[in-house]
This record gives sequence, C-alpha cells and structure tokens, in this order.
Amino acid sequence: MGEVVGIPRALLYYHYYPMWKAFFEALGQDVVTSGKTTRAILDAGAKVTVDEACLPVKVFHGHVLALVGKCDYIFVPRLVSVERRAFICPKFMGLPDMIRCNCRDIPTIVDSCINLSRTTREYVGAVYSTGRMFTGSVLKILAAHNRARAALARYTRRLESGMTPDEAMAVMGLASPCDEPVRTAVAAALSSSSFSSSFSSSSSWSSLSSSSLSSPPASGAAGALRGGPGRGAGRVVVGLVGHPYVIYDPFVSMNVVRRLREMGVSVVTSDMLPAAITEREAARFPKRVFWTIGRRLLGAGFHFLRSGTVHGCLHMRAFACGPESLIGEVLEREAARSRDVPFATITVDEHTGEAGVLTRLEAFVDVMTRRRKP
Amino acid sequence: MKVTFAHMGNLYITVKALLEGLGAEVVVPPMPSKRTLSIGSRHSPEFACLPLKVNIGNYIEAMEIGADTIAMAGGVGPCRFGLYGEVQREILKGLGYEFEMIIIEPPQGRLRHVLQQVGRLVGRNPVGRYVSAARLAWAKMMAVDELERSVQRVRPVEGRRGAATAALASALRLVDEAASMARVKRALGEGQEMLLDARAPGADSSDPPRIGIVGEVYVVLEPFVNCDVERRLGEMGVLVERSIYIGDWVREHLFKDVLRLRKGRKPYDLAKPYLRHFVGGHGVETVGSTVEYARQRFDGVIQLAPFTCMPEIVAQDVLPAVSRDLGIPVMTLVFDEHSSDAGVLTRLEAFVDLVERSRRRQSMTGPPRARG
Repeated sequence: MGEVVGIPRALLYYHYYPMWKAFFEALGQDVVTSGKTTRAILDAGAKVTVDEACLPVKVFHGHVLALVGKCDYIFVPRLVSVERRAFICPKFMGLPDMIRCNCRDIPTIVDSCINLSRTTREYVGAVYSTGRMFTGSVLKILAAHNRARAALARYTRRLESGMTPDEAMAVMGLASPCDEPVRTAVAAALSSSSFSSSFSSSSSWSSLSSSSLSSPPASGAAGALRGGPGRGAGRVVVGLVGHPYVIYDPFVSMNVVRRLREMGVSVVTSDMLPAAITEREAARFPKRVFWTIGRRLLGAGFHFLRSGTVHGCLHMRAFACGPESLIGEVLEREAARSRDVPFATITVDEHTGEAGVLTRLEAFVDVMTRRRKP
Repeated sequence: MKVTFAHMGNLYITVKALLEGLGAEVVVPPMPSKRTLSIGSRHSPEFACLPLKVNIGNYIEAMEIGADTIAMAGGVGPCRFGLYGEVQREILKGLGYEFEMIIIEPPQGRLRHVLQQVGRLVGRNPVGRYVSAARLAWAKMMAVDELERSVQRVRPVEGRRGAATAALASALRLVDEAASMARVKRALGEGQEMLLDARAPGADSSDPPRIGIVGEVYVVLEPFVNCDVERRLGEMGVLVERSIYIGDWVREHLFKDVLRLRKGRKPYDLAKPYLRHFVGGHGVETVGSTVEYARQRFDGVIQLAPFTCMPEIVAQDVLPAVSRDLGIPVMTLVFDEHSSDAGVLTRLEAFVDLVERSRRRQSMTGPPRARG
C-alpha cells in the first residue's frame, strides 16, 4: 500500500529521526522529511504562530507547512516525557494542538503521546495505537518497534563518537539526496586527523566504564568526550552547549558547528558526551532538573567548565527558550566562579544576522586561542 | 530567625497568619513597587519570566528590613517555577546576602520531607498548634477570596470612583488583623458591608458587560505586575471574573497530593477539543476557562501572561480557535518589566469598546450563533 508519512525536520528530529523512520518503514510506509530550514520555512512558521513562541517552535510550524502536499500523514508526536520524572518542555506537550489550531488544511496528524514520566504503560499504548493506524498485526508493530529501537541505539553511538546528527545520518545512509554536501563533509572530516582520532575511539564507547573515563586522552575532541584532560597540544577544543534543534539546524544556528570547524576548532556538543557524565555533573546542582534536555545541557556545561577538557564553553540558545533562561544563568554563574574556562552565550532568533554571529564566534575563538598560550 | 516570602496578590495575609500561628517571626516584604521591579530585573537573568524577577526584588527589600530566612514553594515541572527557588538562592548568594532559603517541595507521596522543611522553618510545634494555625490561615484565605469576588461586582456600579477599591483595602486590613476564627468572620461581615455601601443607589438594576480574566496565576493575582487590570476594567464599568483565586491555587499547588483535594477535571474536559494534554502551569485551565466563559455568555476574555511563559504560549496559540468557534472576543496581554500602565490602559479601552459595541449589536439582533 505504501502511504507516505512526513516527518518535519525540526525539534527532536535531531534526536529521534532514525528511530521514527525505521518504525514507519517497517510498517510499510514511505517516509519523507521536509528540506533544510530556509528563510521561507521560518517565515511561513512565524506567520502562523503567536509572536511569543520560541524560534524552534516557529521553525517546526514552517516545516509542517512545507510537508503539505508531499505526504498523507504528518508525524507530530506529543513528547511529554522520555524518562522518569522529567519532561522535555511544555511546548512539546501541546505541540499537536498548536499545529492543529495554527495550520489549516494539513494532512492527518499522527500525534502519538509519548509519556514515560510515570510508567511505561502509556508508552506501550502509544506505540500500539500509532502502529494500528497502519497495520492490524500486533507482531508487525512489535517488530517495527524493535527495529526502531535498534536504529536509535546505532544512531546514539554515532553521536557519542563525535558526529553531528547530519553526519551520523549520512553515515547510516539516512540522508536524503539533497544532503549530498553533508556526505562530502563527512568524508572530509573522516580523513582529517582530529575527527578520525575521535571516531576511531568510538568502537570502545559501549564498553567504557566510569573508571576508564579518566584514562589518559588521545587528543582534542576525543579527550573531551572521554571526560579526561583533552586540552594538550593539538587543536583548540570548544564545548558547545545547546538544544539539538538549535545548534544542529544550520539555518537557525548560522552553521555554528561548521563555522567553528572551519576556524580550526574541534567541537564537542552536549549530545556527544555520554549520559553517565552529564548525569553525574548535573547532580552537582542542588535540585534535579526536571527537563531532560535541560539537565543534559546543565551537566554538559558543568563538565566543560570544570573538567579542563575544553578551551572554551559556548552556549547557544534560542530567544525566549524557557528552560535555557534558567540553565544559562546557572552556567554563567558557574563560569564566573571557576574563571578557568571562557564562557559565552549567543542568543539566536528570527532576526539574527549571520555576520553578527560570525563576529562573535571569531572573537570567542581568539579568546580561546590566546588563553592557551602561557 | 525572621522569615520572609514573595508577594503574590493578597497571599501575604494567609502566609503571615500561618507562619505567625506556628510561632515564626515574619517580615512581610514591602508591597511590590517600581523599585522592587527594578532591583529584581537588574539581578535576574534577562529571559527569566517576570515572577522570578519580582520575587528577587521582594526578597532583597525584605532583607533590607531585617529578614534572614526565605520561604519558597518548589515544583516538579515542566513549568520553570519549579526551579525558581534554587536559581533565586544562587542569585542572592552571588550578591553577598546572608540568609537561609527553605524550599517546600510538593510531597510526591512522601510527606516526611515536607514536614522536615516546615520544621526547619518554624521549629517544633504540638500538632494542635499546626491545626489551629492552618485553620486560621485557611479562614483568612477564604475571606480574602470572598472579598475579592465582591469587589469585582461592586466596582462597575460604585458611587464614587475608587470607593470600592478603598473599601476593599480597609476590609483586607480587618481580615489581616483578625486574630481568631470569630474575628475573621466578623471582619469578613464588616468588609462586605463596606463594599455594599460603596455602591451607587439603584445599582441593582444595572447590567454591566462581563469579562473573564484567565492566564498565568501570578500575573492574574498580582495587581502590581498586571498594571491593575482588574481595577481598571471595573472602573470602566465592566464586571470582571477571574478563573483563579488564591484558594484554588493553594489547594492545587500545595495540598493536591497530600489531602487528595484534587480539583475537578472540568477545565480539562472543556479544553479537550483544543488542548488535549496538560502543558504545565495553567495552560489547560486558561483554555478550559475561556470555553466556560463563552458558555456562560461572557462578553469577552482577557488572557494575562508573563513574557516567555511556556504554558501560556501554548494556550495563546490555541485561543484564537476557541474565539472563532465559540464567538467570544479574546485578547492576550503579555507582561514584563517594560510594561507600562498607559499601553495596557489603551488596549483595555479598545477591548471594552469592542465588547460594548458587539453587545449593542446583539441587543438589536439577538445573540450571535456560535460558529463551529
């Protein structure tokens, strides 16, 4: 039969796309995504949402609109919670409702409600009812779910080896044809020294225990990833803290990862750190942070600021992001206390100009480079 | 130990009664003013929501007059309020203040921890004292709610501009000073009398337009930050009702789990066609109450929210659909430290104009049918 499910390339696409794609394809559906974020997509989204909405939510609306006419279903999951006693953000909890009210005449919305905050029962129900939209067979749903989980595990390992989502998806063969530049970028990165060193260390990731986390580093990013001192000779390493849908969206972030790499800097993002490290570091805050991504950012920020593995910590956030307004404050205070690692915050919104961001990145790289010299 | 806490409307009357009843020495922060706001926003993160900033101002002004302990409520998300206490502690410590901050977290099934925190705040007390302090505080809270409901009905028909507000202030003072259950009851009675006296002769026959106020609890309850929306509307001759009163908030926020006083599911059911899931804060209540006001044939609804409030943004996104389907005018006012009285007043006047015009049209042609 092969109907088409559209997945907007926004928000937690960057965390879960391989899983979602595997799930729907195992159920016999074709999967399309919207293209990369463009000015037109952002403008379309900003037009239908209220002014106060944050940039990523506006971008998401734009991607939904971009999928109209290209698919029979649009996957807009209600991601309430992906772990016990924690949420993602209130806006994720109301996302399908916002889409329904703001976007008229769009394909059927598949709004699976993922809520693992209390029990797994709701999650099982959500997977089942989503599967039932496409097949009558429970076994098929189960198999699709297993394949989806396996895809997610493979993808997460790639991220933790130092790849960005685009690179990881390209390596996994998930990139759409329009992503050809990414493939070449990956090939180039794989051949460059620092990247291959971080990449080759990835095979041992799954077996890393907490004791080996402090083992002597290779160099650059790989060291920072392991949690050991990585700032020796070699490249400048920057720890980049930010929501995945901000820092990995080339349009929203003004291509921050690529820009930094082009300036000769190795980039370690919060998603490249193993959960063990971010959880341990986030526990330094007196209260458990009840946003999953927020806690990861806090833990990553603390790690970058305290462990001596990076030469600078850059926080990139979207204007009006609720969790980050508080997380950023805590990180800033930590940075001011330790005074060891330069810290900068860049806030992006729909009016941000590339030149302004670039100037700040260059200045920050200068600071890091100068600080390194004795 | 001198305990202080943040202001939220007239909540101070209740909190003061409770803490003093338990033997604590209480320092009520000066009522929020421009100074409070400017101190607060100077020291708070730029993109934090407004309540956090005003709280900081309250704490600092209270410490200036001798407070050394701050009592604060916690939370378990997803709204930012749950992390206020921890972040505020960091900010104040960073400014060099010496104080203790006691954060009372919702119990989540374990009462012991809550009692420990309360114990730190007020020391050991016999059970009977807890009961009597709580009863008095509860009675005061209910009295304040009733007076606030009354003043909303009196304002549009008051004899002299400002008479109702003045009567409310004296009534609240009486409730605040009352030291026993009987006195609270008497203060409430006297207060209601004063409010009735503020009405103009022949007020009973009037039929003012009705506007419902919904939104985020702090901005709805705190007249200082919402530029006194309720009073201004009342003085324009509008009967105001709001979706949330302090009693509701306390019941829900502090005692929901302990005493199983779960709120009715009503707002959730009403909001269902538009917003199907809890979104933190009062997002669902905002939508549900708007539906409720539309059904009760209110003439309009005004949503109040602090800038960047996450749950209210979700609600704000779906409210136009409610407005369209049920044929009720809805306006959103967003507040931050830059909000000005004049700007808010202009928007309120325009909204009331709109509401009155559609009332006149209805009285000529009959009520409009809800589209949907």
